[in-house]
Amino acid sequence: MEAMLHITTLHYLVLGAALFLLGVIGVLTRRNVVIVLMSIELILNAVNLNLVAFSRYWQGIHGSTALHGQVFAIFIITDAAAEAAVGLGILIAFFRNKETVNVDEVNLLKW
Amino acid sequence: MNPPVGTPFFFYLLSATVLIGGVLVITRKNAVHSALALITALLAQAGLYLMLYAPFVAGVQIILYAGGIMVLFLFVIMLISIERSQKERQFNKQWLVGIAAAAALGGLFIAVYTKGKSLFPEGSLTYAEAGNTQGVADLLYSQHSGIYMFAFEIASLLLLVAIIGAVVMAKKRI
Repeated sequence: MEAMLHITTLHYLVLGAALFLLGVIGVLTRRNVVIVLMSIELILNAVNLNLVAFSRYWQGIHGSTALHGQVFAIFIITDAAAEAAVGLGILIAFFRNKETVNVDEVNLLKW
Repeated sequence: MNPPVGTPFFFYLLSATVLIGGVLVITRKNAVHSALALITALLAQAGLYLMLYAPFVAGVQIILYAGGIMVLFLFVIMLISIERSQKERQFNKQWLVGIAAAAALGGLFIAVYTKGKSLFPEGSLTYAEAGNTQGVADLLYSQHSGIYMFAFEIASLLLLVAIIGAVVMAKKRI
């Protein structure tokens, strides 16, 4: 009970790990490309949560100007924006050619 | 400074929202429902950032993720027809292997966090509230302590490449 009531860095890390696993399950098992891309967003958000939690921990040691984790989180959000734009562009091109959003139909490079 | 009130309650409330949203994202048939669940999860995560004293990241999360990227997702969902994909099987043939792989990864996480628990101090975190946005900007832009200035320039180049790539991919005839 004591461990439940004091929110430490580890609580945030466990939440991040759970969110990461949800994203991994979504990427590995879903067939709809849109939902696979959303699962990738879940994974990126799990990493962001870890980075901000570590930044908080680091601030407790090095003072409130040690914001490196938050800067990294902002970089990852930038990456997510770029990835979403390119991924959805690929998805539109794929849908135009195949008339489906099913990942299993993406088999042009399969031998 | 007064300590914040009800921290564990809000942590568990927001965590539950994030996790339920995540589960809904990967289980819903309709992609629009998945997107709405993901928006809920992202907003709850912005609340968690506020609890971690990261107001700037929380604002960026709301404006850019929930407001920008998810709108892009919803646009694309409405461009492609979702009726057909709803009638198909939702999970692929490797779903058992996928869940086994995720379980193995989860076991790894549990092992690491139980072994590495001593690395993190016991007790609640300290309250360090200072100029957060200014600190982030100092790290990004400042002449003396801006150690991420080069990475920032690279990020802008990445965004340029992404813009060009998205236009090239999505356009029918260049």
